[in-house]
Amino acid sequence: MPDYTLTTSEHLTRRHAAETRFRWGGRLAVLLSLGFLVFMFFSISARGIGAFGQTQIQLEIHLDEAVLDPTGQRDPQQLARANFKPVINQALFKLFPKVQTRREQRTLYQLLSSGAVFDLAEMVEQNPDLIGSTQRVWLPASAEVDLFMKGKVDVSLEEELRRLKNNEIAWINHLKVQRQIQKKFNTAFFTKGDSREPELSGILGAMIGSFLSLLVCFSIAFPVGVLTAVYLEEFARKTRFTDLIEININNLAAVPSIVFGLLGLSIFLGVFHMPRSTPLVGGLVLALMTLPTIIIAARASLRSVPNTIREAALGLGASKVQTIFHHVVPLAMPGMLTGTILGMAGALGETAPLLMIGMVAFIVDVPQGITDVATSLPVQIFLWADSPEKGFVERTSAAIMVLLTFLVLMNLFAVFLRRKLEKQW
Amino acid sequence: MNIKTIATSLLTLSMVACSPSTEQDSSKTAAAPAKPAGRDHIKIVGSSTVYPFSTVVAENFGRTSNFKTPVVESTGSGGGLKLFCAGLGERHPDITNASRRIKPSEVENCAENGVAEIVEVKIGYDGIVLANSRKNPQLEISLHDLFLALAKNVPDGSQGLIANPYKTWADVNPDLPAFKIEVMGPPPTSGTRDAFVELAMEGGCKSIDWIKAMKKTDKPAYKALCHTIREDGAFVEAGENDNLIVQKLNANPDAFGIFGFSFLDQNLDTVQGSLIDGVAPDFDRIADGGYPVSRSLFFYVKKANIGQTPGIQEYVQEFISDKASGSDGYLTDRGLIPMQDAEHADWANKINRLETLKLD
Repeated sequence: MPDYTLTTSEHLTRRHAAETRFRWGGRLAVLLSLGFLVFMFFSISARGIGAFGQTQIQLEIHLDEAVLDPTGQRDPQQLARANFKPVINQALFKLFPKVQTRREQRTLYQLLSSGAVFDLAEMVEQNPDLIGSTQRVWLPASAEVDLFMKGKVDVSLEEELRRLKNNEIAWINHLKVQRQIQKKFNTAFFTKGDSREPELSGILGAMIGSFLSLLVCFSIAFPVGVLTAVYLEEFARKTRFTDLIEININNLAAVPSIVFGLLGLSIFLGVFHMPRSTPLVGGLVLALMTLPTIIIAARASLRSVPNTIREAALGLGASKVQTIFHHVVPLAMPGMLTGTILGMAGALGETAPLLMIGMVAFIVDVPQGITDVATSLPVQIFLWADSPEKGFVERTSAAIMVLLTFLVLMNLFAVFLRRKLEKQW
Repeated sequence: MNIKTIATSLLTLSMVACSPSTEQDSSKTAAAPAKPAGRDHIKIVGSSTVYPFSTVVAENFGRTSNFKTPVVESTGSGGGLKLFCAGLGERHPDITNASRRIKPSEVENCAENGVAEIVEVKIGYDGIVLANSRKNPQLEISLHDLFLALAKNVPDGSQGLIANPYKTWADVNPDLPAFKIEVMGPPPTSGTRDAFVELAMEGGCKSIDWIKAMKKTDKPAYKALCHTIREDGAFVEAGENDNLIVQKLNANPDAFGIFGFSFLDQNLDTVQGSLIDGVAPDFDRIADGGYPVSRSLFFYVKKANIGQTPGIQEYVQEFISDKASGSDGYLTDRGLIPMQDAEHADWANKINRLETLKLD
């Protein structure tokens, strides 16, 4: 009689070993992908976190009436054209009276951002009574100074290789001692549009552009997608034709997004003459792109509603339309919304189709409506990543952080909907 | 909704998606009637090399004038001119940037679509640099050696051609360092690549007498020889993003990169430009024409749109003013190489008279 116990135990050890190997392999795979995620997250955060702070310089500015409003009328139109540069320069000069040569003075004035005048102008516009008084104001420093304050300038290099020269560093250090230079929270980053000066650039324009595009995308893709799904799932008889449509929809879901951009270019811009670079066209293109995803998700969630519900409703005398819109669609809604939100999250991160319809552009003004020219978040990242100025490096990462935050929020919302509203049958 | 309409719309959708050629048809139909422009902002398209300068001027213009900030799209020189020439009216751009001069074929195309009067504006120069990391010594190379290092086919010594056999810089010329030839540059779609091929590669190519003679006898063969960059891995197409090339140079000190002067100017702390024919790519030597690989930058204005779209003339004025593109202007901080004062004044004059472009 063969010794079963022995052979089994040998087999058993081998099987156990295989199982352990598999388990460890799985753990390793999870660890690896988590590691990539953590690495990406930390490298982006480490680079981008700096952009949320912005160096500012405090100046004691005498808002000289003779310079700003020689007529003394406080006429808003006149004030809008006033030149604030001299009063700022004068304040800087008062801090460093020893700077005498014109060339050196020019470098001194460049410590401040070229946008400082606009901040000051805005302040005076809101309160014209300030003219004639002396104010202590915090104004944004130039990008070079900002990089230095964030420790991103290698001071050990020869002077001519640095964009920030020795005398500028000496001035900054003097300001540091006087506590007149400080890193503050960068509100401009969230309240302004794009700029070619890193210290003046903000992400609000791109955020609104993205929001408007998604709004257009949602208001078109959701109703069309849901109606298509309901029709195909509940009304249409299964024929060759519906099969063909089904295959087409599945294929469309796999079409690369740039193709939808080309489609948008030829249809919306070429045939319908819609305005280029606008969230309206962007949203339409994104809607075409997310439509298949939404239809597929909506059909799946309609299919998961048990037939007993339909039969019960029909049995109680409801018409087909009543059955569907009073019972089936509401029950399938959480699944449909989840699919839609995930589709929209994908659309939020899309750049390629927007490239074709001109949304990849330098746009300073924050868009006011869907027919204004606009960019979107991923496009802004693309544009900043391509800018020669060093100050944009951290802004690129910061913009990625903002985009990721929105993506995570949207995905969390989808998970929340699924958890809270979905019924188990 | 009936099933047929859904099906047909989906089918047309997929059909149109596969044939982007419809774009051209639409541009033809749009060319005929010239509607008055109703846009409130200037629309600019074109070269990615001019983009950094154009955007700075646009922003300053928007901030300091009562006009809206112009919208600038980076489409490449060729793409920009195509859009620009597609027709008159508000749907088409007012201005296109170009890192090369407009071609006669493009002028013809413009005229066919009703864009007959174009004002040419030259804004300055751009140098194309060959750069490496500061961790290695600066390279000094002649155009001739640069051609030999990067061409697909090179002379074999007796008026014949062989596939490029050079593996290291020292193989090309014993005076050069002995590390592997590895150059990162822009892809063929880029204007920087065009200019590099025309100025540097052809420049070095011409220095070989029998090839120069070939230009008269067999121009296509001459062009093919001088304009073709090797494809065996020594030249790496690194995409349009010049920042990426700079970062890669830091990671790999033995490699070289090809990009525009403005990126060298912003990254002098980590990379250095190579001397070409003994001339360093610095501000002054590009401006006086001593540096061999430099080109002119332009933009083109649609004359018919002046007065239709508000602010075009004022934008052009801002661009050619001394405070922007003059020898001390703010664009020089961004790496633009300005024209000499006399040339600058000359162009400013021409533009003030809105002289229309005539190619000779």
